[in-house]
Amino acid sequence: MTDQSTAIRSDDALREAVSEHRSLSRDVWNQFKSHKGALIGSFIFFGILIAVMIGPFLWTIDPTFVDIRSRNQGASLAHPFGTDQLGRDLLARILQGGRISMAVGLVAMFIAVLLGTAIGVLAGFFSKLDGPLMRFTDLFLSLPLLPLLLVIVTLFREPLSASFGPEGGIFILMVSAIGITSWMQTARVVRSEVLVLKEREFVLAARSIGTPPRRMISRHILPNVISPILVSATLGIANAIITESALSFLGLGFPPDFPTWGRLLFDAIDYMPQYPMWVVYPGLAISLTVLSVNYMGDGLRDALDPRARDR
Amino acid sequence: MKSFKTLLLGTAAAMVAVSGVYADGHEGKRGRDGEVKIIYWQAPSILNPYLSGGTKDIESASMIVEPLARFNDKGELVPYLVESIPTVENGGVSADLKTITWKIKPGIKWSDGTDFTSADVAFTAKYCMDPAGGCAQSAKFDGVDVVETPDPLTVVVKFKEPKPVPYAAFVGGQSPIIQAAQFAECLGAKAPECTEANFGPIGTGPFVVTNFKPNDVIQMKANENYREEGKPAFASVTFKGGGDAAAAGRAVMETGEFDYAWNMQLAPDVLKKMAEGGKGVPISAFGTLVERLEMNMTDPSPSLPEGERSTAKHPHPILSDERVRRALSMAIDRPLLVEIGYGQAGRPTCNLVPAPQAWASDNTACLTQDIEGAKKLLEDAGWKVGGSGFREKDGKVLKLTYQTSTNAVRQDFQAIIKQNWKDIGVDTELRNISGSVFFGGDPASPDTFQKFYADVEMYANNFDGTDPEQYLTQYTCEKAPRPETQWQGENINRYCNAEYDKLAVELGKTAELSKRQELAKRMNDMLTKDSMTIVPLVDRGRVSAASVTLGGIVLNTWDSELWNVADWYRKK
Amino acid sequence: MLFISLVIFLVIKLSPSDPTAGLPLTIPPDVREKIRESLGFNDPFHIQFLLWLKQLVYTEPKFWMNKLWGTDFEVGQRMISYATRSPVMDLVVQRIPQTLWVVGISYIVGILIAVPLGIISAYKQYSIFDQIGTFISMIGFSVPTFFTGVLMILLFSVTLGWFPSIYDTTHEITDWNSFLFQVKQSIMPIMVLGLFNAAQISRYMRASMLENLTQDYVRTARAKGVKERSVVLVHVLRNSMIPVVTVIALNLPSVFGGALITEQVFQVNGLGQLLILAIQGGDVPVVQTVTVIFAVLIVLFSLIADVLYGMLDPRIRYD
Repeated sequence: MTDQSTAIRSDDALREAVSEHRSLSRDVWNQFKSHKGALIGSFIFFGILIAVMIGPFLWTIDPTFVDIRSRNQGASLAHPFGTDQLGRDLLARILQGGRISMAVGLVAMFIAVLLGTAIGVLAGFFSKLDGPLMRFTDLFLSLPLLPLLLVIVTLFREPLSASFGPEGGIFILMVSAIGITSWMQTARVVRSEVLVLKEREFVLAARSIGTPPRRMISRHILPNVISPILVSATLGIANAIITESALSFLGLGFPPDFPTWGRLLFDAIDYMPQYPMWVVYPGLAISLTVLSVNYMGDGLRDALDPRARDR
Repeated sequence: MKSFKTLLLGTAAAMVAVSGVYADGHEGKRGRDGEVKIIYWQAPSILNPYLSGGTKDIESASMIVEPLARFNDKGELVPYLVESIPTVENGGVSADLKTITWKIKPGIKWSDGTDFTSADVAFTAKYCMDPAGGCAQSAKFDGVDVVETPDPLTVVVKFKEPKPVPYAAFVGGQSPIIQAAQFAECLGAKAPECTEANFGPIGTGPFVVTNFKPNDVIQMKANENYREEGKPAFASVTFKGGGDAAAAGRAVMETGEFDYAWNMQLAPDVLKKMAEGGKGVPISAFGTLVERLEMNMTDPSPSLPEGERSTAKHPHPILSDERVRRALSMAIDRPLLVEIGYGQAGRPTCNLVPAPQAWASDNTACLTQDIEGAKKLLEDAGWKVGGSGFREKDGKVLKLTYQTSTNAVRQDFQAIIKQNWKDIGVDTELRNISGSVFFGGDPASPDTFQKFYADVEMYANNFDGTDPEQYLTQYTCEKAPRPETQWQGENINRYCNAEYDKLAVELGKTAELSKRQELAKRMNDMLTKDSMTIVPLVDRGRVSAASVTLGGIVLNTWDSELWNVADWYRKK
Repeated sequence: MLFISLVIFLVIKLSPSDPTAGLPLTIPPDVREKIRESLGFNDPFHIQFLLWLKQLVYTEPKFWMNKLWGTDFEVGQRMISYATRSPVMDLVVQRIPQTLWVVGISYIVGILIAVPLGIISAYKQYSIFDQIGTFISMIGFSVPTFFTGVLMILLFSVTLGWFPSIYDTTHEITDWNSFLFQVKQSIMPIMVLGLFNAAQISRYMRASMLENLTQDYVRTARAKGVKERSVVLVHVLRNSMIPVVTVIALNLPSVFGGALITEQVFQVNGLGQLLILAIQGGDVPVVQTVTVIFAVLIVLFSLIADVLYGMLDPRIRYD
């Protein structure tokens, strides 16, 4: 990871390579720590993560419990975030919804980035694969999303529900559907970067000393395309959360009594003039998550980049 | 603006008052009031109602083409292009009920200036009855043998069988008269090729199309040859489509950009807030649309082989017991559903046929929620509360899947009903399906409402006009969707009762009105309060929004909402 | 291309859709079946596909040649949409102006905002400007357009009454005032979409600039005494454009595809609305045609992007 900056700095590389393992992770951590945004970002991110993970155990009101008498309430002790048009507790819904949205966002983003990076690197690095893989990408880009999802849902919902239970089945379905329909941009961006990198001196140098392709990719190419990948990842989370809401709105997603952030936001839009807080909570939750992931990504990139570390 | 309720009452009062538009002093020259802007959040895609059955298309076309007679806001037939409504008493309908004779008003002209004759009416029948044309309204012409034209102002429709209610063809917005000259080349398989005619039909109505962008906007101007002097008051119409109900409501009631918005399917709270904008008011009226729960009488279990699921071969393991169905109905708090979902635009009902008054059964037992009674019924049926808090019998938990189409109000209903059922120990799994799939007839999809791969489903349905015969005969045994019929059929519950089938046949033969009403009530009761196969929830009214400056609007649920657009005017 | 359109066709046909789904339930099933038959919806799969193909590559070009150059080819049955019973191509042509105007301009606005924003953010990394820029662009991306659109309508149309909330597609620009109206009615959709695009592109721009600013060649250039301004704007920018160009080129076809939600919120009724209505209505010919046009554009723009890479970085070779 450290010898990426061409043969000119090979003595540097040699020195670092000796004590590579320990010093690298410590370097990265040190750099990461000094990045204030990243630190705050990860603090918020893990805060939200913990909140949605253990929150529903602490705040035990059932998010689907309909209490008509106390509907449309503002913030109170019993309902810190107020209640919705059916008297369901909003705090409980945000927490419960966060679980699903975070899980969908992270997993779907992970799938998309993994697929995108793999295809992008392969296409960029091996000229033979470039044509077919890029046409494959074009195919996916041009497929109409909605009919495609309808097909996926129709074909796989029942078998998946049968083997993983209704919620588990739909979760797997949603995550993979969003994942396999949003990797294309990452793939193309990564490929374009790889095309440039491939002709850089240090790659040529590495190739001239007979580095095998596998090692070339993992040691030289991947570390250098990390920044567009991180951007894609950040955008990917937001994208996945919102796509999920669009899908549940179309009746393709989770059962209707399952709150998710995107859905809460969408449902609240019509009520915006009367109850502005209904949109603020889920909107804020999504934005905060995306923002914190973004800062973490920034910090991570800086920390992984040895030149930035030098500065 | 005091409150929504007084507002509505005020509108209702206004609606009564405007029946005499002329008396109000709103007379004047045709086109005196400039432009009127109408917004439908579903955009019209074609202006020929025979090639599309969509409400948006029928209603937009109703400003341009007209039927011989229409239903008014009270559900009574009123003559439009004819002198009077033919009946047995006035000799217009023959005693054997096999012929009906319409007398056209003399002097009616098409918008292109040519004369409107009986040949056009006969042509319309020919156009729709052509088997290759794919006419969406061909059910209106069911049983029509031949349409004869003894003279230019007389139309005689002959039926194959005695027809107790002969007012289907050429009546109502679904069945207007199109011009023979314009559509002469468009018969049968050629129907879709006549784009120009389909996009700008020549009609007898108050307006003429000047520009039509499918799925977007229609521009119209007043018909210079319209049969009534001084009408329409508006010189031009912009008919915009697209967006959603909230956007349409805002444009009428808050920003005042539009004058009239159709079908405000919005939560009462939201509507009320919009009305505070002061530029427009919501108006509502009731028809026959009933939101209901349908109970599956057959077993939808996925463990059954494909082709046997949800068919009469396997009765439903839980819902076959009438007591369970009754308990489920008793547990539902209908007034609450109305309050949350529809406000003034809905009222709780126990009837499948809620209107007209003379046809509706006096069945109101379900209106009050009875949790204790429901619990007791379930106990009697052998369902005891188990460890999970839900009822069990023979080791099986009382759990139902409950599906409906995707729609904010329906999802709220699902949440409330799930809660109601939880109170009596019934567990519910909710599902919502995109409307285009749910109401689509694709036999390959497991999610259509006909296939009914669920225990309970919810949707709304109504009937055209005022006679529910066709509506009630949907529940005969042979109309159950099943693999042999490609899952087509209207008897969604697979209700099957020989006695009911007999009544259905009898209804088809009975002509006397009071007897028909008696039969209809009995059939309604059999489906609802006797067997609880269909559990009606809400009688849904139509809600539209109209600008405060727009006069002459009479909201009609029996025909096109724009039925009297010729009488609309601008309040000064 | 043929393969892509075949796959698209397969997906569309496999998905549960029905051209009669939107009709009221009062229309009985046997009538529905007749409607489907008259549309050719039940024809065997390969026949439908071949017919569509013939109409697209054979019938349509002849029609347009007749129209443009007054030639007199015999035109057979053109491709007909299920819902409107009118030629699909006419629908598409009708929708292009408003889509290009709204989505196209918003795209340009997005790029014009994003590129400078990205450059400055990267150059002054962690400055106040960068922080604010990052914050705004992340908000722009994480808040969906269905929310920002409605918010804008509530603010500017309902409360302030500055702009119309519903887009008038029949409006014609004839003089200064009508042009002003056009600007007024398109400003909100353009802003909503522009913000969204800018947010995305600026993130890539910034990341890529950061990457390049630390490269050795920048140090070399600075050491040589090249002006800072030209170091950044010529050397670094040029090298950083590659991923940005990719993203721009990648999303450009979507300009033609329209922006579904924004179109819905403001009732712009462009290609996006046409496509979604067609999908919901099971209007196979429209879905198929619009998607294939879309696919052609995607392939085209990805080739253009490849050419641009070569211009930006002559070292890139395609074997």
